[in-house]
Amino acid sequence: MPFIPHTEKDVADMLACVGVDRIEQLFEEIPPALRIAGVDGIPPALSEAEISRLMQTRARADGEPLCFLGAGAYDHYVPAVVWDIATRGEFYSAYTPYQAEASQGTLQVVYEFQTMLASLTGLDVSNASLYDGATAFAEACLMAVRANRVNKSRRILVPRLLSPVFRAVASGILAGQKVELVELPMLDGCTDIQALADFAGESGAAVVIQNPTFLGTLDKVDELTDWAHAHGALVIAVTNPTSLALLKPPGQWGQTGADIACGEGQPLGVPLSSGGPYFGFMVCRQALVRQMPGRIVGRTVDREGKPGFTLTLQAREQHIRRSRATSNICTNQGLIATAATIYMSLLGSSGLREVAVSCNVNTHALVDTLTAIPGVSRLFAAPFFHEAVLQLDRPVEAVLAELSAQGILGGYDLTADYPELGNALLVCATETRSASDIGKYAAALTKIFGAAV
Amino acid sequence: MNEPLIFEYESAGRKGFTPPAGEAARIPAEWLRKDEPVLPRASELEVVRHFTRLSQLNFSIDTHFYPLGSCTMKYNPRVCNRLAMLPQFLARHPLGPVEHGQGFMQTMYELQEMLQVVVGMQAVSLTPMAGAQGEYAGVAMIRAYHESRGDHARTQIIVPDAAHGTNPATAVVCGCDVVEIPTRPDGDIDLDRLRAVVGPQTAGIMLTNPSTLGVFERQIAEIAAIVHGAGGLLYYDGANLNAIMGKTHPGAMGFDVVHMNLHKTFSTPHGGGGPGSGAVGVNSRLQPFLPVPYVQKCGDHYGWDTEKECPQTIGRLSAFMGNAGVLLRAYIYMRMLGAKGMQRVSEFAVLNANYLMARLVAAGFDAAYPDRRASHEFVITLKQMERDTGVSAMDFAKALLDHGFHAPTTYFPLLVPECLLIEPTESESKHTLDGFVEAMISIRDMAYTDAEKVKEAPLTMPVRRLDDVRAAKQPDLTWLPGAAT
Repeated sequence: MPFIPHTEKDVADMLACVGVDRIEQLFEEIPPALRIAGVDGIPPALSEAEISRLMQTRARADGEPLCFLGAGAYDHYVPAVVWDIATRGEFYSAYTPYQAEASQGTLQVVYEFQTMLASLTGLDVSNASLYDGATAFAEACLMAVRANRVNKSRRILVPRLLSPVFRAVASGILAGQKVELVELPMLDGCTDIQALADFAGESGAAVVIQNPTFLGTLDKVDELTDWAHAHGALVIAVTNPTSLALLKPPGQWGQTGADIACGEGQPLGVPLSSGGPYFGFMVCRQALVRQMPGRIVGRTVDREGKPGFTLTLQAREQHIRRSRATSNICTNQGLIATAATIYMSLLGSSGLREVAVSCNVNTHALVDTLTAIPGVSRLFAAPFFHEAVLQLDRPVEAVLAELSAQGILGGYDLTADYPELGNALLVCATETRSASDIGKYAAALTKIFGAAV
Repeated sequence: MNEPLIFEYESAGRKGFTPPAGEAARIPAEWLRKDEPVLPRASELEVVRHFTRLSQLNFSIDTHFYPLGSCTMKYNPRVCNRLAMLPQFLARHPLGPVEHGQGFMQTMYELQEMLQVVVGMQAVSLTPMAGAQGEYAGVAMIRAYHESRGDHARTQIIVPDAAHGTNPATAVVCGCDVVEIPTRPDGDIDLDRLRAVVGPQTAGIMLTNPSTLGVFERQIAEIAAIVHGAGGLLYYDGANLNAIMGKTHPGAMGFDVVHMNLHKTFSTPHGGGGPGSGAVGVNSRLQPFLPVPYVQKCGDHYGWDTEKECPQTIGRLSAFMGNAGVLLRAYIYMRMLGAKGMQRVSEFAVLNANYLMARLVAAGFDAAYPDRRASHEFVITLKQMERDTGVSAMDFAKALLDHGFHAPTTYFPLLVPECLLIEPTESESKHTLDGFVEAMISIRDMAYTDAEKVKEAPLTMPVRRLDDVRAAKQPDLTWLPGAAT
């Protein structure tokens, strides 16, 4: 029997101890009218060899296309050490560290994780991770509404340049709390600073700044931060952790820095894997920590004065506060945060910086190469990190389909999310894309454009 | 400290990995970072040793019996991990075209279908990333259903006092009010109180069955009739699904919506606190409101159903489609069990719990519900011992660590004083359970002979009991360079 160790003698002895003849009698409290005959409609069991063969066939069917697609999930190199160590049974099969003395490994990893995220974002305190970037953003909005004691508004200003899916996820979650997202317009790939004047009287509880923006550009973070603070709003930074080895961190934006930073942690050693499991991160100023959702680990001492780690500030959480908790969150993404901690430890700040620089250099090379093709141009002049918007002289969808048939993921079609941009395509080249990869993309695109003209 | 912080390594051979060399970034100076973030400076070998040593400070299923009630700490088969990490699965971009995802999507479609059967529902969405998010999806769908009928007054969610903390917290996050109803001394819900609180304001009720008290709620059919009769819907918290597979299911019990904790029943790893997966199943009444995206089959082709195909959806719960890698592991596990294997899981989970309860009761421990059959878990109370010796459930739990067993869940359910909620799961042998009983007896005997010694526990862990008050009053949540360690 798969994964059940009982011998026939064990079963007989155990039933005798309970005082019944058959296992079936143990289910006698379920009313007969509710009983079912079994699990109907599930295929018969497969052996380990059989399931291995099946899954390998399916994995192979999906192939491994050459990826120039980003839009929130990035194809970075993940060193072998990261998942070899993260999937050790002692990390993989442990529960949430409620018994601190028997969970010091997990707890210390989280403390190190919190330290790294705080330092990357330039803020004070990180939590132990949230589900993903989109839900971390939704939680950051709720947190800002709770934390802003000056402006009790239930509106939040979000840039047109915010990830559309972050916005979609947050809108749903915020609706239950009657919090509304109001859009700041964009101009030439950045938030329209001139238009801010229209929002001066209704700046809301928080202003959101995504940098790099969803379209890859670098926004006017200093002006936006200072404007928000001058109008009584908190600043929520949405950011890419890889970029922070290179770019000015949220804690240093404007005169006083952002108040909360959040985002998708996937770039830190997490494979693309169809969208998850990833992890969301959230970091804030010290003063806001008691409004932060999710688990937090603190360093303390034991009875003998020896340093150790424990979950702390749990009075915010659902298992203590129940209906008065800051959030219903229970599970986080512990294993993925562990992998990210190992990844950041291997690379260090200079290694992570080199990844960030390589991404920027490669994406520039990609853009320069592709815009040499007639019919392809760059849309915005604003500086970008590792994604850029190209404008095509024809519908993007058909072009992407042709590229896909040649084993190339050519980028993200912006037509549905940003119809005002026309035939716009968001492309990305991480540190893993070589000059020859870029050459392949250019050759395929040249052929498509040449063939159609 | 047993292992220094990773920041305390200062190696010249830093950087475990060197990315390809590039030129300088083309970014204007005003956007560039001027300080260097505090990341470790350790060699690859130091990183490997550091995290390997840290892992060794943990209890885990792979190293210890872990009878944590309500958490279903069963064996996580290694093969599930290996196959979910096949290179093509890891490399698949979530926004990649469906032509490059048919193998993955077929797998997800079949998982939806299998889960549907197990819980007796009409449709399943895999996007919720944890149990609490599944709960959120469930309550949001209940609200959307009432709203779609113009029934705007239905904003109350009924929750039994024995419920998991996430239930009331979720109801509030969804903008509902929470009404708590009491449990009778025999462990079942007080039906008179339920009848008294339902009405035109009732959105629904959230229930776990078997309940968190480790017993099957026998009046579930009457509860369904009362709530449905009042116009409300029934939400099933799937935390305890491991007790009933193939015996009954939420559909048969009258539930309208259910979430499943794939990291419990379907053996995906808990990972030291996540990732989880909280797939939701619904009957036809709630199907239009399911969270998107989910996989649809058209002939031999698999595609995504999104907002376009499902205009009444409650929307998206994650940036992409949920914790795909977790879902793959659950699929592999289910295919290895097959229909019979799944039923056996519940049979042996319930056998192990009843055996362990019978042995502990025979040894003089007090079951909280001695006249009831245990489900896959059961509650014992140490109230008498605490009164006699001053040794609390917390002390007892810490002493178990010294005996090489992870502690059961303590002080939950809140209704039972000085309680341990014990869930052995089907993957443990009789031999392991017998060893656990011996440890329980030995600690109890020690409590009556040398209570102070039990209160000292644990003595063999990497640290002694930690100062939680200091942790909360003087929070040290971030290491700073130059800080004492």
